[in-house]
Amino acid sequence: MTFPDVWDAMFLLPFLNGLLLAILLPLVGAHVRLREEWLASLGLAQAAAAGVVLAAFWVGPVALIALAAAALAALAKSLLGHKGNEAYALMLLVGWTVALRLAANSAHGEDLSRALVQGQLYFTDASHLQALGAVALVQFGLLPWLAPRLLLARFFPDHFAANGQQNPRHELVFDVLVAITLALAATAIGVMAAFAVVFLPPWIAFRFARGWFRTIALGIAISVAGYLVAFLVALRFDQPIGPVIVGVLLALGLVRPFAQR
Amino acid sequence: MIPGSLLEVNALVAGYQDPVVGPVSFRLTRGEILGLAGPNGSGKSTVLRAIIGRARIFSGTVERCQGVRTTVQSQQPVRLAEMPVTGREFLRLTGADRQPPPPPLAPLLEHRLDRLSGGQFQLLHVWACLGSAADLVLLDEPDNNMDPKARATLIEVLHESRKEGRGVLVVSHEHDLVEAVCTRLVEVAP
Repeated sequence: MTFPDVWDAMFLLPFLNGLLLAILLPLVGAHVRLREEWLASLGLAQAAAAGVVLAAFWVGPVALIALAAAALAALAKSLLGHKGNEAYALMLLVGWTVALRLAANSAHGEDLSRALVQGQLYFTDASHLQALGAVALVQFGLLPWLAPRLLLARFFPDHFAANGQQNPRHELVFDVLVAITLALAATAIGVMAAFAVVFLPPWIAFRFARGWFRTIALGIAISVAGYLVAFLVALRFDQPIGPVIVGVLLALGLVRPFAQR
Repeated sequence: MIPGSLLEVNALVAGYQDPVVGPVSFRLTRGEILGLAGPNGSGKSTVLRAIIGRARIFSGTVERCQGVRTTVQSQQPVRLAEMPVTGREFLRLTGADRQPPPPPLAPLLEHRLDRLSGGQFQLLHVWACLGSAADLVLLDEPDNNMDPKARATLIEVLHESRKEGRGVLVVSHEHDLVEAVCTRLVEVAP
């Protein structure tokens, strides 16, 4: 497989789907890291994975049920008032046990489970691109409103309560946005790769960047560079895309100790 | 509420599972810096948390003038091990970047927050509250981690804030700080 093959119609849609994810995931990842809720990505991706297997069990619309499962998990976390990684760790364990038990009792569940581990980007289509395009519009549209509120709530945790907003809307909006993005990512590149693209680029960018929007931009640049390399390597050597993405981003993470402190 | 009041606390008994402080009564008006003093563990911070709805009110009342914008400096500010936000971005969150900062802070504004010392970050945090457009400023142990120079700057900016017609509530166990900056003092006992 050579570089021009990327532009083959068969690979173009999956390539664009992955590219959009490489932009959107570190954007939410930077804010998730800011809130020290980085386990969110794994918890919500696993909840989405449980939704995918559930869809196979009931023969329902896969993407829709995955989105619903992740969104429900985010909503439950928000309504129950659980903050931090503990809520996401519970979500991860519930998602994992539900997904595996359903898979064990379903005809297609096992195949889907494997796909969710390895990623199935090459099987994504125009509907995935449309959904990701809509999420991109919402994410970039909301960013100027959402980012200052998330930063304010992080550094001045009593600000909203002191001004009469015990449950500010931006918290729920952000949780649902993370859930939807992670659900789409888990169904395209797999659970662990989705977690890696949320976690690793901001993890590197936080060490090097100065300024919040520069951090976001650097995270996206690292993620896109890693994705381009991973996509070509996976095509060229016929490897599952998920583990290759994780490997490339881990390799990029080796530069972290060289940041000036 | 009595006209001119920003905040009225009447016979407040507050706590969490059980009452830890009270009864406490005071009133804060514009242009005033009120000190809540008392030893560690006397419940001063609990009074502040009851004002913003973060502690349980067992009896008594807390009334704030309607529409009052409030800002809070917590006793233990959030400091992450890696924080790529600059000092200027931090001040922008509360709108405090619209005013010239105290001279010791000016050279720090382009630095990442995780590169500031504890005292520098504390002064930045207090200025983010005092430099904002809030009518009511609640400061909990504002001189924590500060060296004498930073403390002198803190006293200066607190005096300046009186001219802006806002109300400031300072919680501190440091008697010399509250005596240096406050127009009135309320002693708190458990």
